[in-house]
Amino acid sequence: MWSPEYEGMAAERRRELQFKRLKATVERVYNRVAFYRKKMEQAGITPADLRSLDDLKYLPFTTKEDLRLNYPFGLFAAELDEVVRIHASSGTTGKMTVVGYTKNDLGVWSEVMARSITSAGGGRHDRIQIAYGYGLFTGGLGAHYGAELVGAMVVPTSGGNTKRQLQVMRDFGVTILACTPSYALYMAETAREEGLDLHALPLRVGIFGAEPWSEQMRQRIEAELGIKAYDIYGLSEIIGPGVAIECAEQNGLHIMEDHFLPEVIDPATGRPLADGEKGELVFTTLTKEAFPLIRYRTRDLSILYAEACACGRTTKRMHRILGRTDDMLIIRGVNVFPSQIESVLLENGDATPHYQLVVDRKGNLDDLEVRVEVSEEMFASEIRKLEALEANIKRKIESALGINVRVKLVEPKSIPRSEGKAVRVVDRRNLYNG
Amino acid sequence: MKVKQISVFLENKSGRLAQVTKILGDNRINIRALAIADTADYGILRLIVNDPAKAVAVLRAEGLTVRETEVIAVEVPDQPGGLAAVLQELDAKGINIEYMYAFVGKTAANAIVIFRVEETDRAVALLENSRVKLLPESELYHY
Ligand SMILES: [Zn+2]
Repeated sequence: MWSPEYEGMAAERRRELQFKRLKATVERVYNRVAFYRKKMEQAGITPADLRSLDDLKYLPFTTKEDLRLNYPFGLFAAELDEVVRIHASSGTTGKMTVVGYTKNDLGVWSEVMARSITSAGGGRHDRIQIAYGYGLFTGGLGAHYGAELVGAMVVPTSGGNTKRQLQVMRDFGVTILACTPSYALYMAETAREEGLDLHALPLRVGIFGAEPWSEQMRQRIEAELGIKAYDIYGLSEIIGPGVAIECAEQNGLHIMEDHFLPEVIDPATGRPLADGEKGELVFTTLTKEAFPLIRYRTRDLSILYAEACACGRTTKRMHRILGRTDDMLIIRGVNVFPSQIESVLLENGDATPHYQLVVDRKGNLDDLEVRVEVSEEMFASEIRKLEALEANIKRKIESALGINVRVKLVEPKSIPRSEGKAVRVVDRRNLYNG
Repeated sequence: MKVKQISVFLENKSGRLAQVTKILGDNRINIRALAIADTADYGILRLIVNDPAKAVAVLRAEGLTVRETEVIAVEVPDQPGGLAAVLQELDAKGINIEYMYAFVGKTAANAIVIFRVEETDRAVALLENSRVKLLPESELYHY
């Protein structure tokens, strides 16, 4: 354990610590963020009303929509001069979700990532290749600072250029790979093509996240790369990677409970559910300064487990993500909402909003095909014009989403509709099994 | 002397062409000429029929994406160099061709070439008093 004091803390003591931190966080947002004060006033609650951790349920939820409405800095609870880092992820309507970090926040993030790497069996003798993207996306830099804190040798390759990734992995003697699970499989496939035997390399551990994956996929990754593969969970709104990670028992992901207070609720009613019940994950940050969140609805479905774990950590564990409450897709680690594509098509003017997203995994890489029904307004008798139309739609979607897509023009009414409503998404990746 | 072509968007699925021709046949519409341009995913069916307005209506009713496209129809002597002479004339007048296709009329003495050009009205004006013989709708549909 990286921080046995906190990771192995007796449950009762942890609850006391959580309550103290919750109270401070609620006071902070109540005093500093108009949005939270207003919401709490409407709910008829003040920070003084919080008398125990159980009172958490009286606090209003925060949603992704709230984040969007307060774009970019409306929910920040620190002076902007105190903010030393910004990250962002894409949202439902093309508007990004912006998050900020103070120096202390970055310290917390490094701490939880250091715990995560340690939980996956990593340490100062390891060489960690970070193939998550570096930039506004939290994956790369989040893993980076945690790995430095651990004292490992960081190899910050970021995403892309797979052949060079493999060359670096071999030449630098990389022992831990951090990236999305689908990219890990893609690397394995490229290695095979290049005649590189990954089993012969010192690589022994993978820390994979930023997209849901199944138990079957874990087995494939472990077999093909000759490693032990760990599931890490995080989302930029809460902090980034490092909210929870598996231990060697691989029986759920330990949540960094002294920093992030988890709940599972019924997504329809908002009612808190008991441990062991499946519902929507909700997090309240306990130590963040620049961007605290109160009861943030992740829209991820999971189950919480409070039973003791053989590894010695006393923190609650969450089941690997079991699905989503909305229609968000995660494609190559990027959040994609069908509504984003719809607004691009509508903006385009010449496209009908009858479209369908077909997501598949081809050669271990996510492949997104956008099918657009051709209306009479869009249609021309020249191939050249239809190809230009396709290219134009493709370019606009790619610039809005930041990922490559294939656009395919299809006949009207060829996209199946159920009860009059078009089936917007066909996901063939089978992500949530196991 | 523009004429009307029917353009239909078709995915590359087996049986689609047969379906379209059947719809036209069932409605007693006669296909005078037909050409297909395609890519890997879809094709554009271009048709000259004896009743374009009706053809559009019945195909549209079947849920197809249909458009009337203005083209010009040129009668070309069915002899060596016949088409070359027409193309030279168009080129000389600065008329850009988007696509073209040919068919043979009832009398085999002449062929008919359908041209889709960039500016149809301008092309018609330029060709009206030239050696190129444009066919009017009335003649084309019953050629
Ligand atoms: Zn454990």
